[in-house]
Amino acid sequence: MSNTYFEILRSGINTTIQDKGRNHMHHIGIAVSGAIDQRNYKLSNKLVNNDLSEAVIEFAYQGPLLKLKNGKINLSITGDVLFKIIRKNSNIEDGICYKNYILEDEDQIDIISTKNSVYGYLSVNGGFELEKVWNSYSTNTKANVGSNNGKKYSTKDKIFIKNSDLKINKEKKISYKRVPDNIIRVIKGTNFDFFSSESQNIFFKREFSVTKLADRMGIRLSGHKLENIISSNIKSEGLVRGAIQVPADGSPIIMLSDHGTIGGYPKIGVVISADLDRIGQLIPGSILNFKEVSLEEAQNIFKAYRDETNKYLNECN
Amino acid sequence: MIKNISNLGDAAVYCDFGSSVNEKINLSVISYFNSLSKLVKENKINGIDNITPSYNKLIISFNLSITNYSEVRKIVLDLNINKEINSNHKKIKIPVCCEDEFGLDFNRLSHKTKLSKEEILELYLNEEYFCYMTGFIAGMPFLGDINNDIRCDRLETPRVKVPKGSVGITDKFSNIYTFESPGGWNIIGNTPQKIFDKSNLEEPVLIKPGDKVNFFQISKEDYLNWNE
Repeated sequence: MSNTYFEILRSGINTTIQDKGRNHMHHIGIAVSGAIDQRNYKLSNKLVNNDLSEAVIEFAYQGPLLKLKNGKINLSITGDVLFKIIRKNSNIEDGICYKNYILEDEDQIDIISTKNSVYGYLSVNGGFELEKVWNSYSTNTKANVGSNNGKKYSTKDKIFIKNSDLKINKEKKISYKRVPDNIIRVIKGTNFDFFSSESQNIFFKREFSVTKLADRMGIRLSGHKLENIISSNIKSEGLVRGAIQVPADGSPIIMLSDHGTIGGYPKIGVVISADLDRIGQLIPGSILNFKEVSLEEAQNIFKAYRDETNKYLNECN
Repeated sequence: MIKNISNLGDAAVYCDFGSSVNEKINLSVISYFNSLSKLVKENKINGIDNITPSYNKLIISFNLSITNYSEVRKIVLDLNINKEINSNHKKIKIPVCCEDEFGLDFNRLSHKTKLSKEEILELYLNEEYFCYMTGFIAGMPFLGDINNDIRCDRLETPRVKVPKGSVGITDKFSNIYTFESPGGWNIIGNTPQKIFDKSNLEEPVLIKPGDKVNFFQISKEDYLNWNE
């Protein structure tokens, strides 16, 4: 085992280990978890030559302040993130996302905040010394499953890093630029008919905003109350990421990675797969519009999304 | 049998087995779940991420990079349902301590049902329950059906924190809070029995869909010494 590690001098608001997620456990109540922004998670791994499914550090809003101990590593940060590298000799460098850095022993990395977005990702070449639980490194703080015993990181914790192969660490860059777009595409949900025709109209034509009740489980919206004319409860049934549930108070809630595996509120719609990364990055106060698409359109949009992700990935081959 | 099959978003198949909640419909859901899970485990189908059974629905989520709705729909409709996989359901006895510090809602229940705590417990403990599904939080079993006379709505204002191990009832169902969690069920006791055990990698969950569950009452002393 390597003796190289990050000492956490400041933990940040919600710093966890994430990966592609933990599947095949939904039927016993364990959410998929995984990185909220799957594209940025993959790009951070690619920039340091990792397998795309390697574990990364996910942080939200204010990130951690990390000090490297006993080693030299190659790392990258993705997202829209303000960070600094504090060298051992006290030199401070402004960090740039979507490129790799060599961090020397006793250097620090200070992830100050995400900018107009929620989540960012830190990858190190070789990955972290962690063990998979049910085939995933993801931290699931609801069931306390996965890395760091299923808990978010605290100050003074250590995150051990596998031995990096620094020989292959040439400079890499991706010219990624997030394009702000607050149109979220949705397929009608299985309970769309539960809502009055006026509310159906409002749902697709009016603006909603993201409230402060937003975390890895879901995002509660405000703006308009959606009127349910059939029943505000259904028999509890399975949920998926992106499902938009509407409880009795009429305010929609969008399910994200840590959502409960089943739910009993009617589903007015489901966000398409291609827009899940974006919806997770919307900060409280963001305005969004829902746009209806068909299943076929959603599948085509997903292909375009995947091609675009691959285009970025191929930039640093 | 599946009454209706549709898409839930672009990456899940939604199977509706009918509108009522009963053992027969649920066993049909479970047999589909078992048959499909077997194919996934044996790597006979690719791209399935999760299969989530509930009272009367089965939701199959998949990886849109690997497969799509029409492919997974076809797999589900072509399934050869193997009834034999159902035969390994267990009978499980769960201890519950119903003393006042654990049975948080007997006053409310007595008021609503016009029954005393003792009468409620007699009716509750007398029954064998069927596990319809597990979920919401890890390992939480949804059991039923409880006696007609002790059925009661959820709390008007849900608790922010229901203690771990709490045994609750609402409508015709009973459950066990496997973690401290927000919740609105009427709490009648607490079990010291571990229902979700993450250190048991093969069988982390004690009660599975299709299993039968009996509760028996224990004293506070037994409760405190249960895991010694």
